[in-house]
This record gives sequence, structure tokens and C-alpha cells, in this order.
Amino acid sequence: MTESTATSPAADAGHSGLRAVVLCGGLNFEREVSLSSGTQVVEELARAGLDAEVRDADADLLPGLAASPADAVFIALHGATGEDGALRAVLDLAGVPYVGSPAAACRLAWDKPAAKSVVRASGATTPDWVALPHSTFRELGAGAVLDLMVARLGLPLIVKPASGGSALGVQKVSNVEELPAAMVSCFAYGDTVMVERYIDGVEVAISVVDLGEGPQALPAVEIAPASGVFDYTARYTPGLTEYHVPARVSPDVADRAAALAVQVHEELGLADLSRTDAIVSPDGEVHFLEVNVSPGLTETSMFPMAVEAAGFELGEVLARLLARRAGIVRR
Amino acid sequence: MKTSEIRALFSVVSRPEVVSLAGGMPAVTALPLDAVGSMIGDLVSGMGAQTLQYGSGQGDPRLRERICDVMALEGITDASPSEVVVTVGSQQGLDLVTRVFCDPDDVILAEGPSYVGALGVFQAAEARVRHIAMDDDGLIPEALEEALAECRANGDRVKFLYTVPNFHNPAGVTLSEPRRQAIMTIAERYDLLIVEDNPYGLLGFDHEPMRALRARDPHRVIYLGSFSKTFSPGLRVGWVLAPLAVREKLVLATEAQVLCPPSLTQYAVARYLDTQPWREQIKLFTELYRERRDATLESLASLMPAGTTWTRPDGGFYVWLKLPHGLDAKLMQPRAVNAHVAYVPGIGFYADGSGREYMRLSYCYPEPDQIREGVRRLARVIEAELDLHSTFDGVDTGAFRTARPAPGHEAEEMVGPANSDTYEDGRA
Repeated sequence: MTESTATSPAADAGHSGLRAVVLCGGLNFEREVSLSSGTQVVEELARAGLDAEVRDADADLLPGLAASPADAVFIALHGATGEDGALRAVLDLAGVPYVGSPAAACRLAWDKPAAKSVVRASGATTPDWVALPHSTFRELGAGAVLDLMVARLGLPLIVKPASGGSALGVQKVSNVEELPAAMVSCFAYGDTVMVERYIDGVEVAISVVDLGEGPQALPAVEIAPASGVFDYTARYTPGLTEYHVPARVSPDVADRAAALAVQVHEELGLADLSRTDAIVSPDGEVHFLEVNVSPGLTETSMFPMAVEAAGFELGEVLARLLARRAGIVRR
Repeated sequence: MKTSEIRALFSVVSRPEVVSLAGGMPAVTALPLDAVGSMIGDLVSGMGAQTLQYGSGQGDPRLRERICDVMALEGITDASPSEVVVTVGSQQGLDLVTRVFCDPDDVILAEGPSYVGALGVFQAAEARVRHIAMDDDGLIPEALEEALAECRANGDRVKFLYTVPNFHNPAGVTLSEPRRQAIMTIAERYDLLIVEDNPYGLLGFDHEPMRALRARDPHRVIYLGSFSKTFSPGLRVGWVLAPLAVREKLVLATEAQVLCPPSLTQYAVARYLDTQPWREQIKLFTELYRERRDATLESLASLMPAGTTWTRPDGGFYVWLKLPHGLDAKLMQPRAVNAHVAYVPGIGFYADGSGREYMRLSYCYPEPDQIREGVRRLARVIEAELDLHSTFDGVDTGAFRTARPAPGHEAEEMVGPANSDTYEDGRA
């Protein structure tokens, strides 16, 4: 989507005096990224004139929020708890307002195969896939099941944990001999593995933000990792990946990518902000890969790049989102 | 998995929910903290003019005298304070020695596995590391001789042997007395310089400290010492004992790096050695580590699945564990972090990418109960990984029907029950 279709947040959105809490950290593989996102959020909010307090999602969180209630919470937690809906369900129970998608929608987006099913059913394109737990391979024989997968989905394949972010555990398998080992290392991240057809093309990330006038797509970020693979290292090591904002695609493709991201946001029932990852194949088709309900907000993350490319200030956008949610308790 | 991913996994380790058998942090809370605190306070209030001032590049003379007393406990009785250079931990000492001796492409011999911090220094110097095999008695002399002969035949410039002879990090083993003699004989024969890194030598559980390699040859051995394990790693005080000609170069190098080691911490160590019962404190440390070592070995013996083996250290901080056949400690790590237990994958202790089937377990920091819980979690992780391997290891991909990449096949052409709620014939 281009700048002309996005609505700029007002310079002064009237959020001064808001008591905000930024949640980051957590107890999973993405803790480091989350701490980095949280720091960035607090700095950006400070720039927008809003003091925010950082908290970890640990045993002190609920007593802390009860003793010193926040007007709204910003969830900069990545990975399980922060993104799978669990923490949001607890915040709902506690009557704590927060920015972002509701618990049920998060649970759906967190389950990548389930999210793909919903997105495909809504008419969008997504690479073919199959998601199976370890027990299926054990019970039916891994060789027979893998053989079927390869025969059906072809090669190369993308092997990834069925949930989780930051590309941890994601592998591209080009030769069938590599597949069993890839399955073993992927299952170390979780009990269900998703195997997806590989689509060659341009990887793009489309951020969506809803500042009160419905979800709007921000300019797509094109990802060009030097190594060719956008893995964890390529994501979080400055200089290892080239980003192009807006993506170097035709206006038609850019519009369809923007439309896809908004469609995903709406179909999954997401709120406030999300980031859809997609591949543009050489024929111009935009293939949905996955959606993130708590997009990375670190210095090398794509959501902040998109916000900047749209001509917005990240701190202003985040402050607006907080101000909109302040005082609104979800049931 | 790359370094940055490992760092990501490790960011969880600091949380109290996770039992960390990963870090090698000494149990500093076992120190008499009040006494150390008032001692340091006195150093500032009573001697601020010296302790808060620049000092000598070589280090405080009084501390260097006391360092000689400490080294005497391991048989080094001929050391002169003039041969001692105080460094910011022995890590800086190793860096200085490597800078002085090594050019890019030089060869350094080191045990396999070897201390990860040393490998980092050698890599920064662009030196090549050749690992020498070890067993329960430490470095194998025959393997050392074989490596030296091969290097000589290849025309490789071998600059020194880097060794941790006591309670090795990460292997936990100690170089036996006969092997010490054999290695010195080989060094003589091949005119080999030895860098002896000895941070753990005074932390033995079962016997008196062994005689250092340096005690056997003052000209062929450069000795690295540290107060990190016997007193405090936070003070960052270590040293190098080197022949005078080398010492000169080390002092020039350290002045270029840090001007002088921190005065306050040097005075703190010297005062601690002068006024506190430091030998008794070391005994207290070793009793504490012995109890933790026992908890580790007992838990491993009762919980680890068949095919897992490990070393039995009689001092120091570490157990080196070998996983059952086919398992990879690095690939298994996400599962371990999920299970809230942390270790260091063995691959980090090799310069050549080997060691995947090993891990280092540190027992120095967690309490015995935590250690038992950590080993329990680790055993479950290994069992789950074995289960996974039993599913996938026997797969014969050669028997698969032909599969080629299928570019141009659009997703819609391949909708199937596996990934859609619509059948191919259109039924819902």
C-alpha cells in the first residue's frame, strides 16, 4: 500500500499523562529479541512524550499491575505466551487493557497451519503444506510419511515449527537426504512440524496498523538476505540483510500484497497491529506464509521500517494505539 | 544453529525458572562478604591516593610478591616477582602471550576439547588450532608427538602448546604425573613452548595440588594464573609468569592495551592475601564444589539413559558428557531450553567443528538440589531426543519415489486433504 492510502496519526494525539506498561522478556527462545523490542518501544514512546514502564512476564507481573494499574499495556513479547493468546487471556481476566489482537485470534495466528487454512479458505494463496506431530511419524513409519510428503509437495521444502517466530528452526531442504535430519532438528523446537512447499520469489513483510479507521497496510518491506536465507542471524545482525522499502515490486503487486495483509488481519480477527510475511513468485502471485501478532520492534525489525516509510513516527503510532486501548477492558 | 541463535537461547538462562548447568560462575557468595567489603572500603578511605591512581604496567610489586607465594603451592618455588605480569584476568594474559608469539597462519596445539575463551583469542590472532586428543588422564603424549611430527613434516610453524592441565575446562580431567613428565620430554625434543593455563589447580577434592609444568622448566613454560576461582572473578586479576625476555614484551603489549591493570582490585587481592585466611577459604570453596560434584555424578548415574557417558572430575567445575550415538547437543538445545535446563554444547570447545555429541555441565554455581533437578530435566530431554532419532534415523530416503523440485506448480493445483478442508473433487 502506498502512503496516500494510509492515514497519518495526528501530531498530538492527546496521549500525554497516559500510564503505559511495556511487557517484554518472557521465558522462551525469543527472549533476547523481545527485550530488544521492549527497549526500543520505551525509547520511541519517550520520544513521543510518553513515559512507559518495562515489565517482564513473570510472577511479579499480575501483583505489579494490581498494585499499580496501567491505563494500557503494550505487549512486546515474542514467542509463546506473548503471541499464543495465553497472556492476553490472563490480561482479559484481570481486566487490564492492552494493545493488540484478542486472545482467540492470537491462538489462531500462532498455529501456523490453522492460520493458513483460514487464509486459504478466504480465497488467498498460500504454499501447500502438511503439519504433523512426531507421534504420526512414529506410528505410521517416518519413511512412508516423508516419502508421501516429498511426492506430494515436491522439493525444495521448507521445514518449520508449527508455531514460533524469528525463523528459529526454519530450514530449506533441497535434497531428500537432508529431510530426516531437518525433521529431527525442527522437532527440537516443538511437537508439531509444518512442511511447506518452497516458493521461489521475493520475500516481503507487510505491516498492518489500525489507528481507528480500520486496518491499513503500510508499505511492504522487501527482504534480501546476503546469504539467501532469512534465518535468525540474518534477521537480527545489522548488515546481513538488505531491506528495500517500499519493496521493488510493481504497483499492482504492491496493492495485492497490501490487500492480502489486510485480508489476513481481518479474516483472523486481529486488532491494532500485525505483520504478514509473504512471497511474491515470479508470476506476480503473492503467497501468504505467516502472520505475526506481535511484530518485532527492534532496530532491525520490519514493522518500524514500514512505519517510517509511511511517513509516520513509530512512537506516535504506538502512543496512539495505547491511547485507543486505554480504559477498554475486553471480556 | 549459529552463534547468534545460541545467544538467543542463552538469554533465557538467567531466569530463575531455568536450571543452568551452562555457566562457569564461581560461588562468590561463599566468601566472607562483610570482611571483603570493609577491607575494600578501607583501601579507598585509607589509601585512596594509591588505590585510585594509575599504577605500574607490570602490576603492583606487593601483589607480584604474593603471587609468587601462591604459585609455590603448586611447586613453582623459583619464581621472581620481576617475572610476573599482572593482567586483567588470565584471559588478558593469554591474549598478550598470543599477540607476542603468533602471526596469522601459525599453528597452536591445544587439547581437544579446549577452553572456549582461548579458542576465541587464537581465532582473533588468525592462528590455526590443531587439537590433541585427551582421555581420563588428560592430554595423550603420543598424540602430541604425532601432531608435532606431522606439523614438522608439513612445514607448519607451531608456536606453542596451550594446555589446562588441572581439572580441565571443559573436560574435567587432570593430566597425570607420568604424562606431565612425558610431555616435558617431548617439548624438550621438539623445542616446544608450553602455555600452561592453571585457574583451577588449587581446587582439588582428593589430593594435594600437583606440581605445575612450569615447576619443571622455567624457560620452556609460560604460566597463566588467576584469582577468579580462588577469590573473585569480578575483580579481574590474573597473571603471567614468563622468562624476563618475554616479560618485557608482555609489559609493552599490556601498556598498549590497558596502560596498567586496575590499581584498586590489585590492592584488594594483595590485602586479601595479607589479611584474610585465604587458604581456608579455598578449602571452603572446594568442599562446596565437592558436594555439587557429588550431586552431579550421583544424579547422572541414576538418571542418564544408556549410552550416555561422562568424566568424573576430582576438582574444578566441569563434567564433560558424551551423548548416546547420533545425538547432537547443539541441535537438542531448543528442547533443553523448553525443558528449562541449560548446558553448553560441545562444538564450542573445538576449533574444527567437531564435538557435536558432547556437552559441558558446570556444577559450580547451582545448589545440589537444583543440580539434581537440572540433571532430571536433562535426562528427559535426552530420552525425548532418542525417541525422535529412533523415528527418523532409519529412514532410507534412497527408497523414496523420484522427487524433483516442481517450479511452476501453483498451490491451487495441489490442494489436498492434508492441507485443506476441501477435497480435490470439490466436496466440502
